[in-house]
Amino acid sequence: MYVAVKGGERAIDSADQWVRTRRRGDRTLAELTVAQIQEQLHRSVARVMAEGALYDPQLAALAIKQAAGDLVEAAFLLRAYRTTLPRLADSLPVDTGGMRIERRISATFKEVPGGQILGPTTDYGQRLLDFSLLDENALPDPRESVHRPIGAVASSPVAATGRVSTPPRVTELMGRDGLLESEQAPVGDPAPADLTREPLRFPAARPLRLQALARGDEGYLLGLGYSTQRGYAHTHPFVGELRVGRVEVSVIAPELGFPVVLGEIELTECQMINQFAGSDEAPPMFTRGYGLVFGQGERKSIAMALVDRALRAAELGEPETAPAQDQEFVLSHCDNLEASGFVQHLKLPHHVDFQSELELLRRLRADHGAREL
Amino acid sequence: MSESAFNFAYLDEQTKRMIRRSILKAVAIPGYQVPFASREMPLPYGWGTGGLQLTCAIIGPDDVLKVIDQGADDTTNAVNIRRFIARTTGVQTTTHTTEATLIQTRHRIPETPLKAGQIMVFQVPQPEPMFRLEPRETERRRMHAMADYGLMQVRLYEDIARHGRVATTYDYPVMVEDRYLMSPSPIPKFDVPKLNQSPALMLFGAGREKRIHALPPYTRVEPLDFDDFPFERQRWDSACALCGSRESFLDEMIMDDAGTRQFICSDTDWCGAR
Repeated sequence: MYVAVKGGERAIDSADQWVRTRRRGDRTLAELTVAQIQEQLHRSVARVMAEGALYDPQLAALAIKQAAGDLVEAAFLLRAYRTTLPRLADSLPVDTGGMRIERRISATFKEVPGGQILGPTTDYGQRLLDFSLLDENALPDPRESVHRPIGAVASSPVAATGRVSTPPRVTELMGRDGLLESEQAPVGDPAPADLTREPLRFPAARPLRLQALARGDEGYLLGLGYSTQRGYAHTHPFVGELRVGRVEVSVIAPELGFPVVLGEIELTECQMINQFAGSDEAPPMFTRGYGLVFGQGERKSIAMALVDRALRAAELGEPETAPAQDQEFVLSHCDNLEASGFVQHLKLPHHVDFQSELELLRRLRADHGAREL
Repeated sequence: MSESAFNFAYLDEQTKRMIRRSILKAVAIPGYQVPFASREMPLPYGWGTGGLQLTCAIIGPDDVLKVIDQGADDTTNAVNIRRFIARTTGVQTTTHTTEATLIQTRHRIPETPLKAGQIMVFQVPQPEPMFRLEPRETERRRMHAMADYGLMQVRLYEDIARHGRVATTYDYPVMVEDRYLMSPSPIPKFDVPKLNQSPALMLFGAGREKRIHALPPYTRVEPLDFDDFPFERQRWDSACALCGSRESFLDEMIMDDAGTRQFICSDTDWCGAR
């Protein structure tokens, strides 16, 4: 009997085995360890934690190893694991104002209280391939073997002398003059809906939009954010402040009744300041776009802040003309698990539907031929 | 991590309850799309995560499971899903439609008539029949609320005006109990009449789109058509090369480099039993 393109269990097992072999690569080379990935590919780890929506550097590193470096696939592995975990408690909101700063810059002021802290960045160097990294047998530089004290290198004497461990937010300094819209939580502020527990429905409020963007695909948000800078929605953005560092995560244990610190997570926060022409109700002022992601994710947090601000068009009475301002368009397509899955499901067999189309096409062509005679 | 670290049928019990509540609502309002808090599954979106969540939410240790893709039990995706559910539940699996209590499917309804007590779970890529006509969910919700389905009628009319026939061959829009326009999932038009007055419960799960809809047993389901252009099933000029069937959905095979064609039943269980 002729068997069509149908795979049995053995074929699937063989495919899986081949993936494992391919992942391991040349067996004369040492195997990559999860700890190495966690330490040395920490930017990949941060992206996988952000898009995988789970803060666990070790499991993110494991996912990267298992996915052979495919970060979207790694985020998928992490999410598929995350979904099995019980929701034990909600943490208190993290206070990024109390962040242990590694990097903190403002593009809107030459100098800010607390200083411009460059931290670990490649922004001010040259992107030249460092061929010395090819020499992997070189002894490690003892000066690099320990973490430097946080915030040790500030850019100016003011900062060096006046440095505080938790610099005030630039946006707070501006807000005092009323030049920048205030974002105080209203009294009786209801708990925001949870994207992971309720389906996203439209129109979605800003907390939900931010949740979706925070775990959205970095490349997608980058492209959309970029489009707002090129005329598809004008937001006139300035980076009011970008900060990278660690914040404490606390929960209130019911049996104790007071907050208990569980640990720290690394975050990148971008406060974008944007022009606003004013309306009948509000005088002209600066408005905000907000970006917050796990790990050191500056590109994504800036893009997220641009898109967040663009999505506020309706709220601020601005014309909605660009893709980045259309929340159904932006939010329905920002999740790379959904996008990657659905795009790639075209690989799955569709021969029943195709057969139906084939049959129709033949009939239409027959009709067409009959008409021409 | 060992498999015992996962709950029976993978999902935790709270999630299962949430899904079951959504199923109950969907059953109570046949054809209506109920939003549910779809979870990530260890299969990619587009592989049947919606159907899989429904199956995991309702399966019990005594169920007998059948999984098909394109009508066949042995297609790779069907094998993978069947293994996953078997591995996380330990339930008995079967390829025989008559033995199954729960059938998860992608793109087909078995040829063997279903019985009362059986449950069909459909994997649904896009639950919204009007998504090509109106991309905005906010607008489509209003259209469903008002039963405003003129757009779809116009689309079918335009097909007839242009092609002389309705050019939709799968995912054919149906009206449920004269109230909701429903997508039957991408089953071929051939299978649509099987939905009407079916003794089995039909559940439709769309994971990526986070919607569940349902047809309780013996629901009236009518394909959208016109009095002068009634709904037509697909038909073949050939018979199955293996079992000789002329009443089943046939897959077309290309047999050699010369392009010789052969037709065989898409439903492998039905074909094998003949």
